[in-house]
Amino acid sequence: MKRMVNNRMPLFGGHQLHRPTIRSVIGLVLGVVLVAILNLSLGDQRIGFIHAVRALWGEGDPDHVLIIQTLRAPRILVALLVGAALAVSGAILQGVIRNPLAAPDVVGITGGASVGAVAFITYMPSAVSIHWMPLAAILGAFMATMLIYVIAWRQGVNPLRLVLVGIGISSLLSAMTSFMLVFSPAYSASSAYIWLTGTIYGSTWTHVAILLPWMTFCAILMCFYMRPMNLQLLTDETAIGLGSHVQRYRIILILISLCLAGVAVSVGGVIGFVGLIAPHVARKLVGPIYSRLIPVSALFGAIVVALADLVGRTAFLPLDIPVGVFTSGIGAPFFIYLLYRSRRK
Amino acid sequence: MKVWMRNTAVKIIGLLIGLILLGVSFVMSIRFGFTKISWGTMQAALLHYDESSMDQVVVRTARLPRALIAAAIGASLAIAGVIMQAVTRNPLASPSVLGVNAGASFTIVLFITVYGWSDMRALVWISFAGAGLAAATVYVLGSMSREGLSPLRVILAGSAMIALFMSGTQGLLVFNQNGLQDVMFWLAGSIASRDLDMLLTVLPYLGVGWIAAYGLSGHLNLMALGEETARGLGQRTVLIQWIAGVIVVLLAGGSVAVAGPIGLIGIIIPHMARYMAGQDHRWLIPYCAVYGAVLLLLADVAARFIILPEEVPVGIMTAAIGAPFFIYLARKEMKRK
Repeated sequence: MKRMVNNRMPLFGGHQLHRPTIRSVIGLVLGVVLVAILNLSLGDQRIGFIHAVRALWGEGDPDHVLIIQTLRAPRILVALLVGAALAVSGAILQGVIRNPLAAPDVVGITGGASVGAVAFITYMPSAVSIHWMPLAAILGAFMATMLIYVIAWRQGVNPLRLVLVGIGISSLLSAMTSFMLVFSPAYSASSAYIWLTGTIYGSTWTHVAILLPWMTFCAILMCFYMRPMNLQLLTDETAIGLGSHVQRYRIILILISLCLAGVAVSVGGVIGFVGLIAPHVARKLVGPIYSRLIPVSALFGAIVVALADLVGRTAFLPLDIPVGVFTSGIGAPFFIYLLYRSRRK
Repeated sequence: MKVWMRNTAVKIIGLLIGLILLGVSFVMSIRFGFTKISWGTMQAALLHYDESSMDQVVVRTARLPRALIAAAIGASLAIAGVIMQAVTRNPLASPSVLGVNAGASFTIVLFITVYGWSDMRALVWISFAGAGLAAATVYVLGSMSREGLSPLRVILAGSAMIALFMSGTQGLLVFNQNGLQDVMFWLAGSIASRDLDMLLTVLPYLGVGWIAAYGLSGHLNLMALGEETARGLGQRTVLIQWIAGVIVVLLAGGSVAVAGPIGLIGIIIPHMARYMAGQDHRWLIPYCAVYGAVLLLLADVAARFIILPEEVPVGIMTAAIGAPFFIYLARKEMKRK
């Protein structure tokens, strides 16, 4: 395993101005705005850029206002939020597991969240509010992660063992999901199946309202734990020597990570590989220090999902291709490329 | 590793016990289910078939094909697993873990949904193509490291290929939602309501695979010692790896064409067989064939009873049995290093 940190990196502060970070953040924010405007204006019915932005504030053609305010605006927000959540979840996980190939989908976290969410769709009476679905997904993710962690535990957790056990648990979980799908009524099977592919089709303001509280909560938590998070990048011995409770913080970080993945999955389904790609690109841009890595990966993940959704929504009109198909289509080759790159180790 | 049976006589007895179990589970598969079939009816249906008897029709058109398919596919997947484990020297290798099944499923769904093909004879070749593509990619990716085929890399490459093919399959199904419910059942791995013609179409390929696997068993023994050693002993390792690859593609691709991706048989049975009969592939391959058939037959019988009157796809059953086993092996492997 490559050491991710060299001695000169500011592990404890990281708040001072860092040129590449600022440049990346500004560039990515501009990217987000651009993708958002494109998403607002393109689609089944094209709306000019200026009209689209004006319609956001309720000005102009009432038809446009309706389309933008009730369909496109919530959808783009959901895309951005889900992308950011998945990317941050992956960034934390890669740091904690110290394996560049770790991603929520590879180690079984999204699998657990899917079981929770599909169980919620199939078995919960429709009277139960959809606001509870993130809880079901997070619970599923939590139980899967705990199971993986406990099984992989042998005097501490070895990253490699965690990945292998995760793959095993993933296949068990996907068997459970397909079990529930095969035996649910046809209409809910088909909706659950599309959901499993990862789609944000038909997002509403409700979905935004589901995502926001959880993500704010996680963001606040992360601000508190920024320092111990950076210490996770050192070897266990060094971090313990510096007075960090490595195993305890590791658990807290994994909890944040699976909370983010769970809430993202409950809204957007299994949008694969965002949690793998975004942190990698972000690390290339600003290095491994968490306080820089996390905002940059969040922005990049948001752009990836929003862009993939834009393509899925507009390229094959009138079909709406689930965003997950595109992210996996880009992500799996990227994963293979990473394997190829690491061949000399 | 501890081996139960050391001398040849005991190994032959072990194989005979396997064959008896195979017979018993075959009969169970014909008799038990939603309609219970009596001994008399079964005999009558097999020996002097009477089309007016409802029960006899069930035996001839549903139960018998199903039992034959289960036996053939269980044997094929187990043999494919043992070959992959020998060639990659990776105890976790199997057609489902390395993405071979997923590749075959993807190409089949592609040609069914986009081109509307339904001819089994053509679909078999499509399935071979998908399986071959996946196997070749995983092999190349896994063997690129300095120390040859590395176990972890092979597994990771496999899981990436699975994700890629799965998302492709899902994308196709979104395009074409009409048959989703049917394809869903097939994609979970099922041998229910297949007719005998499907099996007969792939049987020649499977048969070639079985015989070739047995013919290769001596070479597999040497390959299992390590590539360097095998080469030192005069083996043409690359040629053998190619032949082994073709056999795996025939067996796994043919199985998927009939039954969809049935997971993890190829990982459980080879380990059981090795535990019983040791490391010699001349024994392992017959053991895998017999006990693989027994396991899939029994899993299929159990799948009929879990939630009556409905049936669980048998692929879900094998995944539920196989995944804990995979995890156990993963832990054990890590300890050894």
